[in-house]
Order: sequence, then C-alpha cells, then structure tokens
Amino acid sequence: MTTSTTRLPRRRGRSLHRGQAASGWLFTAPILIILGLFLLVPVLMAAWVSVSDWSGRGSPFASGVNFIGATNYGQVLWAGGLSETDFGTALKNNLWYVLLVVPTQTIVAMALALAVNRRMLRGRGFFRTAFYFPSVTSSVAITVLWLFLFSTTGAVNAVISALGAHGPNWFNEPRGIFHFGAASGPAFLTGNTTLGVSWWDWLGGPSVAMSAFVILAVFTTGGTFMLLFLAALQNLGGDVEEAAMMDGANARQRFFRVTLPQLRPTLFTVITLGLIGCWQVFDQIYTGTKGGPSKTTLTPAYLSYTAAFDDQQWGQGAAIAFILFAIIIVFTIIQRWVLAEKKVSKRRMGWITDAEKRDGRVSEAVAVDAVPNTNRGSR
Amino acid sequence: MTALTGRTVSVRQHHRWKPSALTAQILTYLLLIAVAVLYIFPFLIDVATSFKTEPDAAANPLSLIPQTWTTAAYQRLFFNSDFPIWFKNTAIVTVTVTLGRVFFDSLAGYALARLQFRGRNVIFAGLIAVMAVPGVVLLIPKFLVINQLGIYDSYAGMIIPLLADAAGVFIMKNFFESIPASIEEQARIDGAGSFRIFWSVVLPMARPALITIIILSFQGSWNELAQFIISTQSPSLTTLTKGVAQLASGQLSQGTQYPLKLAAGAIMTIPVAIVFFIFQRRILNASDGAIKE
Repeated sequence: MTTSTTRLPRRRGRSLHRGQAASGWLFTAPILIILGLFLLVPVLMAAWVSVSDWSGRGSPFASGVNFIGATNYGQVLWAGGLSETDFGTALKNNLWYVLLVVPTQTIVAMALALAVNRRMLRGRGFFRTAFYFPSVTSSVAITVLWLFLFSTTGAVNAVISALGAHGPNWFNEPRGIFHFGAASGPAFLTGNTTLGVSWWDWLGGPSVAMSAFVILAVFTTGGTFMLLFLAALQNLGGDVEEAAMMDGANARQRFFRVTLPQLRPTLFTVITLGLIGCWQVFDQIYTGTKGGPSKTTLTPAYLSYTAAFDDQQWGQGAAIAFILFAIIIVFTIIQRWVLAEKKVSKRRMGWITDAEKRDGRVSEAVAVDAVPNTNRGSR
Repeated sequence: MTALTGRTVSVRQHHRWKPSALTAQILTYLLLIAVAVLYIFPFLIDVATSFKTEPDAAANPLSLIPQTWTTAAYQRLFFNSDFPIWFKNTAIVTVTVTLGRVFFDSLAGYALARLQFRGRNVIFAGLIAVMAVPGVVLLIPKFLVINQLGIYDSYAGMIIPLLADAAGVFIMKNFFESIPASIEEQARIDGAGSFRIFWSVVLPMARPALITIIILSFQGSWNELAQFIISTQSPSLTTLTKGVAQLASGQLSQGTQYPLKLAAGAIMTIPVAIVFFIFQRRILNASDGAIKE
C-alpha cells in the first residue's frame, strides 16, 4: 500500500491526461476556426486589398487584380486629392471627438461611481440603475432619440429658449465650436494645410453637430465605466482611507493622495477602452448624419465604410482601416507611457500595504469581465 | 474586518448629525437627483412622443403628456411596415448567437482551463491578441470573407461571424480556473470522457458565468449594427438596428416622422431592458458577482 501510494498519482496523472490532447483541440476547434476565418483571414485579405487595385467585382485574388504598392495609402495620406482632404477632415473630426469625450466620460464615470458608492446613500440601487440604463440601449435607438432631442424644435432647444437664449440647429450646423464669432482666421492659419485641411480648420474644434455626438457618447458610456470604477472602489474597502484619516488627512487629500492612486489601474483601463471606442465611432454617424453637415461628422471608420461600399474604392477603404488601426495602437502606447506607474510616497505606500496585508485582495479582477460591454458603449 | 466596518459606520453617523455635514448630505442628494432626472428624462420623452401626433411632437418637445393620445405610430409599425420582419430577424440572430456563444465559449474555456494539451498556451496568447483588434477595422475584411465564402445575404453570414467571441472564452476560462478540480477528477477516475465530464459535471456548475455570457451576448447581438450592414442587403434579412437606422436617415424627406421613429426605438429597447432588469442585481454589483463567481 505504501509503495503504491507513491506511484499512484503519477500513473493516474498520465492515464488521466491521455486523450486530453485530442479533446483539447476538439473543444477549442470551433472557436479557433471561427476566429481564424472571421478575424485572421479577413485581416490578411484586407492587407492584400489595401495594396491592390481590386474594384469590388469578382475575387480579389483573380488574375486581373494587380499589386499597386502604397498607392492607396498615398491617395489617402499625401496625394493631395479629395481622398486626402476627406481623410484629413475625418481625422480632425474624430481627434476632437476623442479629446472631448475621453476625459469627460472618465471624469463623469468616476464622479458617478464615487457618488453611488457611499455606504450611507439611500436609493443607491435606483441611482445605479438610472445611470447605467443608457449603456444597455442600442446605439441606433439612442441616436434616433438624440436626433429628436437636438432637432431645431427639439427638447434641448426648448430648454435653451426657456432660459432666454436661442439654440442652434444642432445636426445641421457645420461651424466649429471655437470658430463662433470669428469671420475668418489669419492668413498663416488659413494658408497652411495638413492632410488637405487648413490649420484654421484643424483648430476650429468639433462642429456643433459633432458636439451633439460628444454629449451622446458621454451620456451612454458614463454608466458603463461607472461600473468599472465602482467595482474597483468596492475592492478598495475603507481601510486605507481610514488609515489616512487617522493620520489627519482631509477629504480632498484622501481623494487625491489615497483613493485616486489606488484607482490608477482602473483609470488606465477606462481611458484605454475609451480611446479604442472613440476612434471607432460608426453606428451613430451611420444612423444620424452620414458624415454631414459639410462632412463635419465624418470619421475614419465611417469614411472607410463609404469609400469601399459606396464609392467602390476598396483599396482605399482597406488602407483607411489599417491607418485607423495604427492610430489606435499609437494612442494606446502614448497613453500607457503618460500614465506609467510613478513612485508612490513612502507614507502612502504604508497605508496601502497595511490594508493589503489585512485582506490580501486582488484588484482589477473584474475589469476583464466588462471588456466586451464597454466596446459598444462609445460606438 | 467586521470591527473595522462597524467603526467606519459609527464615524460616518457621527458626521451626519453635524449641521454642515447635513447640508452637504442634502446637497449631494439634490445633485444626484438632478443628474438622475437628466439620465431618465430622455427616455420618458421618447415614450411620450411615440404616442403624440407629429405636430404635437414638434410643438411640445418637452411635454410628457400627449395633447391627443394616438397609437398611429405603433399601428403603422406593426401593420404597415417591415418592422415585424426586422424584429423577427433580430430575435433569430440574437437567440442563435447567444446559444452558440454559450456552448462554444464554455467548451473552449474549459479546454483552456483544464485540459492538458500542447499548444494550449499558444491558443490562449492568440485569443488575447485577437481581442485587441478593433471591430470597426474589420468591416471591409469581414465582408470580403463572407462574400468569398458565398454566405453573403444569408442568416449564416449574419450569425457565424458573431460567434467569434474571444472575450467570452476568456471569461469562461477564468471561471473554470476558479472552481476546484476535484469533482471532475472523480468523474474522470470513474471513467467518464472529456465531453461527458464537460457536459454533465462542469457545465451545470458554471451557471453564474454562463449568465454573464448570456447577458453580454444577448445585449451585444441585439444591438449589433455594423455586422448586418456588411453581411446583408435583402430587405427580408434586415434587422431592427439596420431597419431603424434606415428609417432614421433615409426617409427624412417624408416629413420628420419623429413619433414613428421614437416608437421604433422604444420597442427595440424593450427586450434589452427586460434582460437588464432581470439581471440587474448581477450587472450592477459587478464586483460582488464577478469575483465571487
């Protein structure tokens, strides 16, 4: 008996693992085939299309389709034609969208989470439901609602005129919000262009129409990201804060020196997901404005779609998609670098390690859970 | 830990009775209520406007009570448009995708968490890489493959690409790693095969994680738009999202039709709202649920 106990686990282990290789591959096969077929193959195929002159007819691998090098990328980035101006405009629009939406939605989400996390708050469940509900609705339904709320005779303008002002014709107003009151810019700004768009226009900010989409994005994603912050806050518990309270830190100090640093991983997740989502804005544009007025709500994602499906410029459409992919990667890397972990002061570290020793918890475990959820948020 | 929480509460209660703290408390509530109204009011306007006449909707955009109640928008949607077809298509796609994801995600998640086989780590690394590819970038590429496979304009072309759900596999793998392996080991010693163990021992234990997958994929496929734009053109395969989006942008020339559009938007929100309210506890207490699972 003693001899067999030492041998049994090994023998059992070997026999138990027999056949697992086959099952392992069999179990993962469906998902691997689907992911390969609809993710890996498409990317390779689009890579070929982006350097070919395929016109959308027949197979992209047919003999009549030629390799044309970086021509499609050139059309979009430096050829000086309409494609370049369109891409520049789309990039400008989306850049302002990102610059406004990402910080605002992050701050709103954190503020909502801090507010509904308080233990003494009555009706916490109600508030959480109210703030989260826009996140579950479809982007199409909510865009339709937005078109009504921000129409000339809509609810928003009704409120504005009740306050004694005159609201703009939101979704038909192409002027940049920083251009209001300015007739035209100095020659050095209007004369120089980048990607076919004058510096004056680059600096004009999002159009009024785009601003309505900015508000929409903050409205729908605030609740989504609130959940991430809420999960993180609940994980913190109150003990670190309490240790700081004992040391005489006031509420403001406790937030900036204790809570915020501990939320850093979540902050990182939220900003990353926000960036990725904002650069992909498509549904709202497709449903709402189709890029108008005067192309001021055009985005690279939507431009890529229209270039391919409407104008049959498949190579250019694919090229724009790859450039967009590159932009998203670059922004994520920049963000990673800016938010890189900095040294935490010794005393604060003391509070944190004390608390961690007490309940040995793992933070950030939930973030993964919400990933697929947040993706649609800003789309 | 209990002692600690007890103390925190008593400290807070002590604060609560100071006059300044009380004012702060009231201010917080007022602010929260104002924000909540801001979040809820648009949806109330949506529902109210869907029962208004068109002139009424334009004249009183803020009013929550129609001057004359009319169900004209709903009658037109249900009896005089393709709306029922859109609803049917969305329901078919959503149910199929959700069932498919539940099965394939848990199958792959179980294999990656429990089965010993060469290539497991490579597959897992591949899944993580795939999760990083932004969906919108894949619009054209996906169309190319769907077209090449000859499943353009078919349910297969609408459904199969949506089954590619790396994040779901990830969630299931994490879940299976969190439960003890002893029960399966026992079944294995008793001579059960891998699929049998998965199907009758492991899957019934995975309910909490499966519910997460169901919520996410129901919501995701019900609200999906881009995938259907690139995979279909036939009106008989139009889904709610695609149909309502066309309604919103295409028919502006025939008057604004806001009651009609908002009614369509309201109806398409109901199923996701129901799922949300059923699983509300689990969604909103994200940390409690997800970690303990």
